[in-house]
Amino acid sequence: MFFFILKRLAQSVLVMAIVSAVSFSLFNFVGDPVNNMVGQDATREQRIEIRQQLGLDDPILTQYTRFLGNMLQGDFGLSYRIKRPVDQLILERLPATLELVFVSAIIALVVGITLGVYTGIRRKSWISRSILSVSLVGVSLPTFIIGIALIYIFAVHLRWLPSSGRSGAIELGWWKTSLLSVDGWRAIILPAITLSLFQLTLILRLVRAEMLEVMQTDFIKFARARGLSERAINFRHALRNTLVPVITIIGLNIGGLIAFSVITETVFQWPGTGLMFIQAVDFVDVPIMAAYLVFVALLFVLINLVVDILYFVVDPRIRLGE
Amino acid sequence: MSLDRPQDRPMTRWERMKDNDIVWSFLHSPGAIIAASITLIAILACVFAPLIAPFDPFDPAQISLWDGKLPPAWIEGGQPQYPLGTDNQGRDMLSTILYGGRLSILVGAAAVCLGMVLGVTLGVISGYVGGVTDAVIMRIADVQLTIPGILLAILINGIGRAFLPIEVRDDFAVYVVIIAIGLTDWPQFARVTRGATMVEANKEYVQAARIIGLPGWLIMMRHILPNTLRPVLVIATIGLALAIIAEATLSFLGQGIPPTTPSLGTLIRVGNEYLFSGLWWITFFPAIALVVLVFAVNLLGDWMRDALNPKLR
Amino acid sequence: MTELLQINGLDVDFPTRRGTVHAARGVSLTVKPGEVVGLVGESGAGKSTIGNAIIDLLEAPGIVSAGSILFEGEELRGRTEDQMRRIRGDRIGMIFQDPQTSLNPLMTVGAQLVETIEKTTDLTGAKAEGRAVELLEQVGISEAKARLQAYPHQFSGGMRQRVVIALALAGDPDLIIADEPTTALDVSIQAQILDLIKRLCRERDLGVIIVTHDIGVIANIADRVVVMYRGEVVETGDVAQILGDPQHEYTKSLIAAVPRADRKLERFSSVDYIEGGTQPFERIDIQTHWLGQSRDHRGTAKAIEVNNLDLSFVLQKALLKRNRKMLQAVDNVSFTVTEGETFGLVGESGSGKSTVARLIAGLYRPDGGTIRVLSQDVSSKPSSAAAREARRALQMIFQDPYSSLNARMRVLDIVAEPIRFYKLAENETETRRIVGDLLNHVGLGAQAALRYPHEFSGGQRQRISIARALASRPRILICDEPTSALDVSVQATILNLLKDLQQELGLTMLFISHDLPVVRQMCDRIAVMRHGALCEVSDAEQLFNAPEHEYSRHLLDLMPRMDLLKEAPA
Repeated sequence: MFFFILKRLAQSVLVMAIVSAVSFSLFNFVGDPVNNMVGQDATREQRIEIRQQLGLDDPILTQYTRFLGNMLQGDFGLSYRIKRPVDQLILERLPATLELVFVSAIIALVVGITLGVYTGIRRKSWISRSILSVSLVGVSLPTFIIGIALIYIFAVHLRWLPSSGRSGAIELGWWKTSLLSVDGWRAIILPAITLSLFQLTLILRLVRAEMLEVMQTDFIKFARARGLSERAINFRHALRNTLVPVITIIGLNIGGLIAFSVITETVFQWPGTGLMFIQAVDFVDVPIMAAYLVFVALLFVLINLVVDILYFVVDPRIRLGE
Repeated sequence: MSLDRPQDRPMTRWERMKDNDIVWSFLHSPGAIIAASITLIAILACVFAPLIAPFDPFDPAQISLWDGKLPPAWIEGGQPQYPLGTDNQGRDMLSTILYGGRLSILVGAAAVCLGMVLGVTLGVISGYVGGVTDAVIMRIADVQLTIPGILLAILINGIGRAFLPIEVRDDFAVYVVIIAIGLTDWPQFARVTRGATMVEANKEYVQAARIIGLPGWLIMMRHILPNTLRPVLVIATIGLALAIIAEATLSFLGQGIPPTTPSLGTLIRVGNEYLFSGLWWITFFPAIALVVLVFAVNLLGDWMRDALNPKLR
Repeated sequence: MTELLQINGLDVDFPTRRGTVHAARGVSLTVKPGEVVGLVGESGAGKSTIGNAIIDLLEAPGIVSAGSILFEGEELRGRTEDQMRRIRGDRIGMIFQDPQTSLNPLMTVGAQLVETIEKTTDLTGAKAEGRAVELLEQVGISEAKARLQAYPHQFSGGMRQRVVIALALAGDPDLIIADEPTTALDVSIQAQILDLIKRLCRERDLGVIIVTHDIGVIANIADRVVVMYRGEVVETGDVAQILGDPQHEYTKSLIAAVPRADRKLERFSSVDYIEGGTQPFERIDIQTHWLGQSRDHRGTAKAIEVNNLDLSFVLQKALLKRNRKMLQAVDNVSFTVTEGETFGLVGESGSGKSTVARLIAGLYRPDGGTIRVLSQDVSSKPSSAAAREARRALQMIFQDPYSSLNARMRVLDIVAEPIRFYKLAENETETRRIVGDLLNHVGLGAQAALRYPHEFSGGQRQRISIARALASRPRILICDEPTSALDVSVQATILNLLKDLQQELGLTMLFISHDLPVVRQMCDRIAVMRHGALCEVSDAEQLFNAPEHEYSRHLLDLMPRMDLLKEAPA
């Protein structure tokens, strides 16, 4: 167990090293950092001075080491555009994104797994068939179209919910939360549904496919031959065996939620890190792009670690050695 | 139990096709036929857009601002020559959708092809050669999969645009988008191909080929590659749907195809600005076109996955 | 009424798009308490279908379309799912073939037992657990109490099959249906499992149906035998009569095709009942034909020389070399095969016999030792021209007829591949003629060339493999379990073909098998392997009459006793 986790940690460090190298190279290859720091009318001397301040004339390895050191302290420098420390900007907007992803993940997991199990067990019923057909539409709906449609129906047409922004957020120390007020919930519900729908359908289809797969196995046949009840077969035997692949995909999907939060946040003007990232890309604001990249990779690596540990809990073959 | 009946004469190509389980399953699955028809019609309509479309939306001579923001023909104020209405600049919606769809399909297909060629090549090499080559290729794929595809596409696309001078940015936007999506696609193909290759490479027909003395590249090309294509085909179909969505998403975010030669995503982005003022059709019709297109491709991919999976048959 | 189970006129149909497949037609059989009935037949005979039909677990789209199944005097057909569920496990137990997949990998053995006991009996909680311990002890698992907490993957294959049997016994059933219960197990474990089933049958007065393709299993355990062929029962009788004095033509063919362990025969008696078997095709004249050319440069007495061969596999990776778990797959193996002889390599699974074959064929590289093929060292510089040339004289026939042919190539292209690659023929016309001749010669017919592999049965595919091997004009043929995936009647025809080819072409043959009777029929000399090392190398007849090594004796003891077999015409 210990070595397994250690091995995974080593892999994670490798991933982070590569991602940090990529984001470091962003600074060097995309745009001229000096141009981005000073105005168009800066003199040659000013530029040279800034180059020296930034250490841009040092060997590339020295620069990378310095970048890594700063990164480990959470220091990504100043945003080219807003001229404020990037780590501050991210921290300010982090709660909005995390809460959005959290609520969406809950919706996607609860609804997705429930419907997936149902359609997997009641394979032939018309409800299952219609759920499946609808789910295929769900996979085919781009996130931004869902967002636009929901805004049009619930905000423009019915005027039940706000169309954008994060009103009703309450401050708890440095963390601003939407989850403690009715207004906050009114604001978060549309973007959360928008974000969750695509992942929900994916999870649903995956759980169903895995259920069907497990149902074909010999041990299910043997369980039947022992006369066990459908309930025991479906839940004790089949569902547990679908968990291992499902956990993997769910890990990936939560990552997917973070990615698609960029789009959802844009559609709903949700003041999170995704919106900030898209704006940064627009203006080639490299420090924010780099920091966001590292931040997303870090989240992913953490999720994968949790997934690996869950494997351990679920599957005795890994826990006890084959 | 005499199902495998060796007959007196070999079947002709056509008989073999009809006898093929996949073709049979296709001909007996209404969903698959509908999906294939929609996809085919959509592709044809878009390929022949210049012939079908009533107007050429890129020809300034055919556009008149006077006709701007007209609703669809069946709504009061609509005009019969613009069946789906016009956009803010007075372009015929039907024509722009056909041209836009053409661009979306083109970009999607090109991106998938790029990802597929890259991924399948690396996947077969990785799976057959193994060892350090395999480890390096797969670690790169792992790291890339650590970052969600759409984010990476935005990033690559953004970097690509940053490299281009402002003047030519729009002209090259299509290629940048294709490369951005194609580059994010390859790990999927590589993983699947690698897995299938490793399964095939362990089969005895490959060992027989090795004993005959065939060189590695010939074994990969002639024996392994044709046997790994089924799963690749499924991924490519689903990948096409995802690539079309990815392109639309990039364009919607303003990172993709510019409004001068709009794709479906660009049209939706532009129309979105008029949604609140009640000009719903500028967004609605391109969105519907996009969803129907993606749905048909997905339906096809879904059926294909079931048909090609012998376990579920 | 003394019959425990009475099946009358049972029809099972599988409607498919190509028409209805009649998996069973008019099948009748009976089982008494305390009796083991062997249901024997080759693949496609419908024997497993009968077992599944009894407990109403036919795979979709199978249906029982006619007949009756009387169990303890009650009709089982037409019961509801709920009623059947009370019969399954409670009154009829089932044992499947593969213990690796029969158990839920995520539940402890104890939990699976307790769950079954609670369902089939009134016992609950600690009492059910106590019963689980009893059951495990009865099937011969020691430290039963501790092992309740273990997961299936922590048991060996044989032990897992014991757990499966314990599960089948949990409800104290009156009838057990065992579907190929020992096919996935090694010979030494097979015998133990069969003994266990037989003992349980006697002690508990159980009725047992053993479904199997293996005449050896039948000879060991069955009291009565039901022989099936293509969905129909062709003959029923007690075991001595069926094996010693079969009446039906099919049974006669089947029994005659079983390789004899007690003495060597020149050829397997030809099996004529089997459809799609040997067909009279024009065989070529080796003296004048392309196939017979370029084999005049004989003279090297040694075809294969293997010296101190070593190979280990990494079982578990680790950063430090000393932490790696290694498997010594081949351990200091040396032997010599002289030209023109058939050299057998026998052992149980995991003994390293196939690995040795693959080392010689160049599919693996050895860690140490040398391999010489036709006096040419092929192990030190495997990619040198001389080594490649020597290797071309060596071809291989594989075990699995389904994976050894590329499904996407026509038979023509499969067989012609070496001819085209090495330009062994003048032109394409000649290539096609040669391929046609080869297919005729292996008894498949030239018109097979334009078909694809999936249109052929297992035995026919093996003939294609042989034709492909011949297309390189080899002097050495490695046969790696060439018939163990085939039905026994097909096996006989393939082995006869290999014998003929060997004599006509003067081939050297390295014959790998776990099946001692087959090896006795085929080989001149035999090497016995165990745990990667050679135990003994002897002349075939000497090995069978007076084995030297202790392990050889052990293996010979495990051979199914076939003294009931009819004296075949020599």
